[in-house]
Amino acid sequence: MSEKRREKAVILQNEEICPGIFDMRIRTGEIAGLAKAGQFAALYCKDGSRLLPRPISICEINKEERSLRFVFRVAGKGTKEFSRMKAGMQIDVTGPLGNGFSDRKLDALIVGGGIGIPPMLELSKQLGGKKQIALGYRDALFLYEDFKKYGDVYIATEDGSSGTKGNVLDAIRENGLTADVIYACGPAPMLRALKAYAAEHKMECYVSLEERMACGIGACLGCVCKSKEADAHTNVKNKRICKEGPVFAAKEVEF
Amino acid sequence: MNLAVNIAGVTLKNPVMTASGTFGSGEEFSEFVDLNRLGAVVTKGVANIPWEGNPVPRVAEVYGGMLNAVGLQNPGIDLFMKRDIPFLKKYDTKIIVNVCGKSAKDYCEVVERLADEPVDLLEINISCPNVKEGGIAFGQEAKSVEFITKEVKRYAAQPVIMKLSPNVTDIAEMAKAAEAGGADALSLINTLTGMKIDIQRRKFALANKTGGLSGPAIHPVAVRMVYQAALAVKLPIIGMGGILTAEDAIEMMLAGASAVSVGTANFRNPAATAEILEGIRSYMEEQGISDVKELVGAVEDK
Repeated sequence: MSEKRREKAVILQNEEICPGIFDMRIRTGEIAGLAKAGQFAALYCKDGSRLLPRPISICEINKEERSLRFVFRVAGKGTKEFSRMKAGMQIDVTGPLGNGFSDRKLDALIVGGGIGIPPMLELSKQLGGKKQIALGYRDALFLYEDFKKYGDVYIATEDGSSGTKGNVLDAIRENGLTADVIYACGPAPMLRALKAYAAEHKMECYVSLEERMACGIGACLGCVCKSKEADAHTNVKNKRICKEGPVFAAKEVEF
Repeated sequence: MNLAVNIAGVTLKNPVMTASGTFGSGEEFSEFVDLNRLGAVVTKGVANIPWEGNPVPRVAEVYGGMLNAVGLQNPGIDLFMKRDIPFLKKYDTKIIVNVCGKSAKDYCEVVERLADEPVDLLEINISCPNVKEGGIAFGQEAKSVEFITKEVKRYAAQPVIMKLSPNVTDIAEMAKAAEAGGADALSLINTLTGMKIDIQRRKFALANKTGGLSGPAIHPVAVRMVYQAALAVKLPIIGMGGILTAEDAIEMMLAGASAVSVGTANFRNPAATAEILEGIRSYMEEQGISDVKELVGAVEDK
């Protein structure tokens, strides 16, 4: 039974919530109903010179409305095109893709850095145990009010305009945050630091990784990360980020 | 309407197949396209032992195409025979196994292991631009094309398709060399070697620096090379290179291809193969063509 769909979705709204950061909501056919926290979708450009889908993490899922929310940063021509799309327009989407976060009832420390923040929102909503949320921004905050609904939120900004001045690890250490498990998405240096922090405090740690992708469904082997053990599918020490990931137990992969 | 074509004695129900490396062994794409509809599935290249491939980033988009330097990561022939061939065997489509190696011995070992397997055709990759040994090293000189073709033919139980590189001065010479070596068919083109630099970071977009260019950007090059190869040899040709639509596939057949492979288009639309097949059917209806073979090499030169 296939759990992925290729659909023409309809854009419900698309607005800039912070300089260069857009909040897009789309109405899907079945994708939203199949999706879970930590998965992503492949969005396709209308401009035919840009062939490859853009893998965008799912920020929120509304199964009743069959809608998905994406919060993305304009990073190149493809995301620039998405940022200009208006409500009512159609967009080709494949999803849901990847494995997503497991939702267990443990006390969780949820960590997002930069454009790794959006996928942590649906997880924050879904998780059952006690939730502490640490978010690291460059300067301007986005999604902060949304996260406050689901747990205690700790902020770090590089310029010190809100919360702890520094990175998200500084905020975590300053507040002495620990839990049973860390769930995180963000830049690789942040994830590496969290892996070390988790080991230091004997916490489980799950990270959502990012890589340049082509097919997005596990066929082309474009997006892999090194794994500690040989992967069952690839038969080498490489795991497909789009298929076995993007969420991995931090101790099983190198990033 | 007859859509069946014949490649080296093997009848394909239609001329649309997948391009090696873009489609795995079909499992992932089977969620989006009915593999029973395809003329053949051409697998991702498999070697005698597992290969880890290149570091990431392995892919980058460019205008009208993409670069890849996956480096032929593959699980090795043992797991491939245990898992991938039985998977494909469940479908009513032909199985073409793409074979890669670092030495003639590697290729021959894989080919020999496949002798008793339910595989219809072998496609020998002597044109991958992303590995240091083997791959393109065999595909850029006529003498080595002929040598590796002869070696593989000594061990092959199935008909052999040689997959040629476009990174050569004279494609006709390479096609003739493969024919002289005993090839049963040709596939062309593999990717064109390219490079992309991120000007903000002043870094190469790919960890491998260079990568193979594929997608619509290379289609006219592929059409030209298929045409030149078809004039040079009597072998059936499988045409590929930037086929995105049925029009592109038909163009390739008119240039001389007996069948076509769809590659990068699968990334834009996972059902691209089936849609291209439907488009070929509609074109035949509109043009009153009863047999798809009528299209092969049917470009008129005045």
